[in-house]
Amino acid sequence: MRILASIKIALRALRRNKMRSLLTMLGIIIGVGAVIGLVSLTGGATKQVEDQVSSLGESIVTVFSGNFTSGGMRGGWGSAPTLTVEDTKAITSIQNVVAVSPEVRDREQVLANGLNWNTQVMGESPDYPQIRNWPIGSGSMFGDQDVRSLAKVAVIGQTVVDELFPGEDPVGQTIRIRNLPFKIVGVLAPKGFNLFGQDQDDIVVVPYTSHMHRITARTFVNDILVEAASDQVIDQVQNDIQDLLLARHRSKEQDFTVRNQVELMEMATKSSQEMEFLLVGVAAVSLAVGGIGIMNIMLVSVTERTREIGIRMAVGARAADILIQFLIEAVTLSLIGGTIGIILGMAFSLTVAYLKDMPAVTPFFWIAIAFASSGLVGICSGFYPAWKASKLDPIDALRYE
Amino acid sequence: MDPVSNNAVIRLADLHKVYHTGEVDVHAVRGVSLEILPGEFIAIMGSSGSGKSTLMNMIGCLDPPTEGNYWLDGTDVSTLDRDELADIRNQKIGFVFQGFNLLSRTSALENVEMPMLYNHQRIPSHEQLERATRSLEIVGLAKRADHHPNQLSGGQQQRVAIARALVNQPSLLLADEPTGNLDSQTSIEIMGVFQKLNDQGITIVMVTHELDIARYTKRMVVLRDGKIVTDESVRDRLNAEKELEKLKQEQQAVKLA
Repeated sequence: MRILASIKIALRALRRNKMRSLLTMLGIIIGVGAVIGLVSLTGGATKQVEDQVSSLGESIVTVFSGNFTSGGMRGGWGSAPTLTVEDTKAITSIQNVVAVSPEVRDREQVLANGLNWNTQVMGESPDYPQIRNWPIGSGSMFGDQDVRSLAKVAVIGQTVVDELFPGEDPVGQTIRIRNLPFKIVGVLAPKGFNLFGQDQDDIVVVPYTSHMHRITARTFVNDILVEAASDQVIDQVQNDIQDLLLARHRSKEQDFTVRNQVELMEMATKSSQEMEFLLVGVAAVSLAVGGIGIMNIMLVSVTERTREIGIRMAVGARAADILIQFLIEAVTLSLIGGTIGIILGMAFSLTVAYLKDMPAVTPFFWIAIAFASSGLVGICSGFYPAWKASKLDPIDALRYE
Repeated sequence: MDPVSNNAVIRLADLHKVYHTGEVDVHAVRGVSLEILPGEFIAIMGSSGSGKSTLMNMIGCLDPPTEGNYWLDGTDVSTLDRDELADIRNQKIGFVFQGFNLLSRTSALENVEMPMLYNHQRIPSHEQLERATRSLEIVGLAKRADHHPNQLSGGQQQRVAIARALVNQPSLLLADEPTGNLDSQTSIEIMGVFQKLNDQGITIVMVTHELDIARYTKRMVVLRDGKIVTDESVRDRLNAEKELEKLKQEQQAVKLA
């Protein structure tokens, strides 16, 4: 018997009892819909995290300075002054390194326009916007000449603009840091909050030399940002930095740590992966419940259509033909339910995403999984009723009232 | 007995059927031997409990005999398994039932096409349509092909059932009380269809308990208590066309009077 003909018969049988078919599918619809909806929302959240991580710059390796140990007390990464500007220059010569910026961080009270604001003042190289994948909104970045000359120039973030220069163009104006006037040469494009809820636009960037000599008088840098040529070579770059710095520092204990964005991303998305795992459990339970519903209705349907089965057998349907007919009916039912569920789940997630102003992403993988498992549920729950139908005796079936 | 030596459509040799229902064994058919040749039109008669339905089910390959042999078209079908019997029913036998047994909410055409779904060789859908339409033409219902059974009269429904029985070009047509649910005029019409088909060479076996109806056939077999008691040719056979003509004239006469 042709599969297509069976599907046609199945669809006709399902159309005959529209309300019942719908109610039968409801279990599958709700199960699949809930899972697809939630997966889309967690997928959206994951994407948001990924976007933010990649907005830090895509193939970035960060070198943090070492753990400071004093009298048995260990201060943790970043506490020891172990990274120098010389280290930074050495890293520049590593293969596949396209940009490097030593980073010096400090919080300062910044004055301008008769207003003041406490903000993060960063010492960076001119590569900083490129590494952080952060375009300049207006004006321009300071250059290498500014680094060499310890120039009193600054690029500021949007929050600092809003706080110190409300309604004004800050480019060309002056801010004062520790009473030194810095000329504003550019404004960074707004970037928003990062993963940890920090306002990334609350920032003033100056040449690292100016920061180290004019503001803080430091000889060490907090960390070094390194951009690799691509994410394929990130491991090589990471290992080379490791080797280089170990050789340079000649220390027994490793006094720095090297991390890449992929590692950071994995940490950030771990929780949403756990969430997905939980969802699989919820999905399995609701699909099983939906499957029981389908099996129940298929049993009723087989009983109701005993006479039809008898007629079909009388004109020559084999047991396998009857089995396939009812199996296809169950699978059709569950696949339609699954499809409706997928559509409703996506609609639900898009609605929530719209209301909450966040992205919703339905991974194709999950759509495939939802579809395949609805089909599987149909086969599992339809098999017993179909088998029962195929085992009917044609004479008894024909006589059935 | 060599089944190949003659060309009988049906050959039953000492057929028995025993039903085991609870503690009592019901011996429904007790040794029936019968030969039906191509082109015959035979009525199996008997009161209820005579075993005629059981015999019919065995002839129709719906029920295997407990004992004895059955050759259909030269094949010993008493030894076949379920699936093989299904194929025999599909290819060699056309069924017509008392209650029509059409699929409801399915058009006449699709009802007629249904047996072709279970053919072993795939029949292309245009050929299915062609054959089903031809079958409906034979029973004079081509114009009602898209009607559903509930839109058809009893006689029309039975014609659809006959068309369905004919669609796989079987060598044997089995009718189980085909006029049981029909009024007398429609019954005669249906017998007319059978007579016409028989004239074209189709072998027909019909179960009935009405003598009037049996008189349209060529041969009458009477069963009692699971055994054949009489087996004779029908004398003064009725012709359905003439009977209908008579009936019309009578109705005309009643109107005029």
